[in-house]
Amino acid sequence: MTGTPALLLTLAPIVAPIAAAAAAYLMGWRRPVAIATVAAAAIVLIAGAWSATWTADGGEVAAGNWLRIDALSGVMLIVIGAVGVVATWAGIGYLDDELATGHTDVEGARRYGVLVPLFLAAMVVAVLANNLGLLWAAVEGTTIVTAFLVGHRRSRRSVEASWKYVIICSVGIALAYLGTVLVNYAAEHAGVEGSLDWTQLVAHASELDPGVMRLAFALLVVGFGTKAGLVPLHSWLPDAHSQAPAPVSALMSGVLLPVAVYALARYRVIAVAGIDPGFVRGLLLAVGLASLLLAAGLLLAQRDYKRLLAYSSIEHMALAVVGLAIGTPLAIAATLLHIVGHGLGKAVLFCSAGEILAREGTTRIDAVRGLFARTPVLAGLFGAGLVALLGLPPFSLFVSEIGLIRAMVGAGAWWVAAVVLLLLLVVFVAISGKAAGILLGDPPSRDPGVSAPAAGSSGVVGTVATVAGLRASTVVPLVGALVAVAVLGIVDWPLGQLLHAAGQIVGTR
Amino acid sequence: MTQLLYLICGGLLLSSVMVLWRRELSAIVRLLVVQGVLLGALALVLAGRLDSVELVVVAIGVVALKAVLVPRILRRVLRDGNEARETEPLVNVTASIVAAAFLILLAYAASRPLVRLSPSAETQAVPVGLAMVLLGFFVLVTRRRALSQIVGFLLLDNGIAATAFLITGGVPGIVELAVSLDVLLVVLVLQVLTARLRTTFGGTDIDELRELHD
Repeated sequence: MTGTPALLLTLAPIVAPIAAAAAAYLMGWRRPVAIATVAAAAIVLIAGAWSATWTADGGEVAAGNWLRIDALSGVMLIVIGAVGVVATWAGIGYLDDELATGHTDVEGARRYGVLVPLFLAAMVVAVLANNLGLLWAAVEGTTIVTAFLVGHRRSRRSVEASWKYVIICSVGIALAYLGTVLVNYAAEHAGVEGSLDWTQLVAHASELDPGVMRLAFALLVVGFGTKAGLVPLHSWLPDAHSQAPAPVSALMSGVLLPVAVYALARYRVIAVAGIDPGFVRGLLLAVGLASLLLAAGLLLAQRDYKRLLAYSSIEHMALAVVGLAIGTPLAIAATLLHIVGHGLGKAVLFCSAGEILAREGTTRIDAVRGLFARTPVLAGLFGAGLVALLGLPPFSLFVSEIGLIRAMVGAGAWWVAAVVLLLLLVVFVAISGKAAGILLGDPPSRDPGVSAPAAGSSGVVGTVATVAGLRASTVVPLVGALVAVAVLGIVDWPLGQLLHAAGQIVGTR
Repeated sequence: MTQLLYLICGGLLLSSVMVLWRRELSAIVRLLVVQGVLLGALALVLAGRLDSVELVVVAIGVVALKAVLVPRILRRVLRDGNEARETEPLVNVTASIVAAAFLILLAYAASRPLVRLSPSAETQAVPVGLAMVLLGFFVLVTRRRALSQIVGFLLLDNGIAATAFLITGGVPGIVELAVSLDVLLVVLVLQVLTARLRTTFGGTDIDELRELHD
C-alpha cells in the first residue's frame, strides 16, 4: 500500500501519542487526558493490527522513503501498542496514588502525562523508520524523554539511577551512531542510492565492504546492546528499572529493550550478506550468552523484587539476541513471539510490583511474605505473571522458548541449546524459589526488620491505608494482558502469519 | 588544502589530549569551544573540497551548537556549583597521557579497514576521529565530576562527528539535524540532572553515587 492511505496509517500511531502529550501539557493531568493517553496507545495497537492486512503476506505500507511498515514493524507496533495500553491504563491508578500520598505534585503529574506518550511516539518512530539514521535518532530520543521519568521521584536513589541511565545509554547509543556512520560510508562507497535507507541497504548488502561492515556491526551490537540492557554496558538497567515509576518500568522493559533488539535485527540481515556469517553469529552469541549468564547469576543472588524483574528483563533480551544469532526465519519468528509475550508479562509484573510496593512499603524480597493470604487478587496477578515469564504453559513464552530451542537445534547449534537450557533452569530455580516466599511464605509479623513498614511510622501507615483497595483500572488491563499471553500460547491465529512474514524479512538460512 | 585539513585534524586531536592534561573545569570548557570551532572549520574545508553548499550550512550549525550553545550550558553548570577544579581523577596526568598515546595507536590500528576502502586525503585522517572517540571514553570513565563526565560524552560525540565528516562528508542533512538536536537535549537533560545531584547529594562527585547495588 502506498499513497495517502499509507501516509495516514503510518502517521496515525506517531501523531496520536504526540496529541495526547500536548493535551497533558495544556490541561495538566486530568481524567480525560489519562483516557486520551490510553486511546493513543490503542491507536498504535490498531495501526499495527490493521497494517497486518497488507504485511502478513509479505507486502508493505510505505509512506515515502522515511516511514514504512512491513511485517516486522507491524509486530513491533503491536507490542508497543499492547504494552502501552496496559501500562498507561494501569498508570492511571498509579498516578492517582502518587498524588494522594504526596509522592508527586500537580507539576510532576503533568510532566509524567507529557513524557509517557512522547516516549511511545519515539518508539513508534524508531520501528517505522526506514532510514537507519532516523531509527538511531528515535532510539536516542527515548533516552531523553525517559530521563526525567526514571528520576520521577527525585529521591537520592532515583537521581542516581537517572544520571547513570542517561550517561551510559548516551555513550552506548553514540557508539551505535558511529556504527551507523560507518555503514553510511560503506554504502556510499558501494554506490547505494539513499545510503542509509534500509530497503536499499538490504538490496545491496553483499556489495558493502566487509572490513568496514565488521567494525560497524561490532559498534552497533555494543551500542544498541547497551539500550537493550546487554553486557558490557548493562549496569544502568537494574537501577533505572527499579527506580522508575512502575508503568514506566513496564514500558522500558516490555517495549524499549525490544526496540533496541529490533534495531539489531534490521542491521543483522545487512551484515550477514556482506561479512562472514560466523562473525555475526559469534558476536551476537557472545553478547547474548554472556548476558544470560550474568542475569542467571544475579537472579540467584537477588534480594530486591524490582531488581529481580529487571534482571529477568536482561535474561529475556539475552535470549532474544541468541535468537537473532541463530537467525533462521523460525528463530526470528520465535524471538518476536517471545518479545510479545515478555512485553505483556513484564507489564503485568512491574505494574503489580508497583502495587505491592505501595502496600508493603519495601522492595525487599525477604520482607514481603505470604502475599496470597492478604491480597489474593494482587498476589494472583503477580504469581501468574511470574509463571508466564518462567515459560510455563499455557503462556506464549513456553511456545516461543520451545521454538527458539528447536531453531537452535535445527541450525546445528547443539551446544548453544544446551547452554541456554541449563541457564534457563538456573533462572527457573532462582525466580520460583523467591516467588514462593513472596506469595506463600509465613507472614512477616515476627520480622520487625529494618525496611518492613514499622507500625509506629505514621507516614507509612497512611500510605498503606489510602491504597487499600485494588482499582478496576489496574486489575482489568493486567488480567487482559495475561489472557492475551495465554491465548497467544494456545492458538496461532492472531499473530502466527505475521510473525512468519517478519521471520522471512530479517531471517536468513 | 590538504595541509590545512591535516592542521585542523592535528588541532582536534591535540585539544582532546589537552583535556586530559588540564584540571581547571573552566579551561576544559574553553578547550571544548576550540574543538567546536575546529570541527566547523573541518566541515568548511571539506565543503570546499567536495564543492558542497550543504556542508557550509552544516559548518555554521556545528559552530553554533558546539562552540556557542553547549559551552554556554556548561558554563551555567559551572556557575551554579562552586566546583572549579576536578578533584583527584582516578588516573593521574602522566598515566593519562601514556594511556592517550596507547589509545591513539589503537585508533590507528582500528581504522585500517576504513582507510583501505578509499585511501583519500580525508580518510587518511580518520584515525584522528576514532582517537577522539576513545579519548572521550577515557575521560568519561576516569573523571569523577559530573561536568567532566558530560565533557567526556561531548568529546566522544565530537570524535564521531569528525569521523563522519572525514569519511563521507557527513551524514544526510536531516539525520545530521536530528543528531545535533539529540546532543543538545542530552546536554540539557544532564544539566538539570547535575543540579539535582547537587541538591540531593550536596555535590557532583560521581563516586558518591553508590546507593544502588545488588
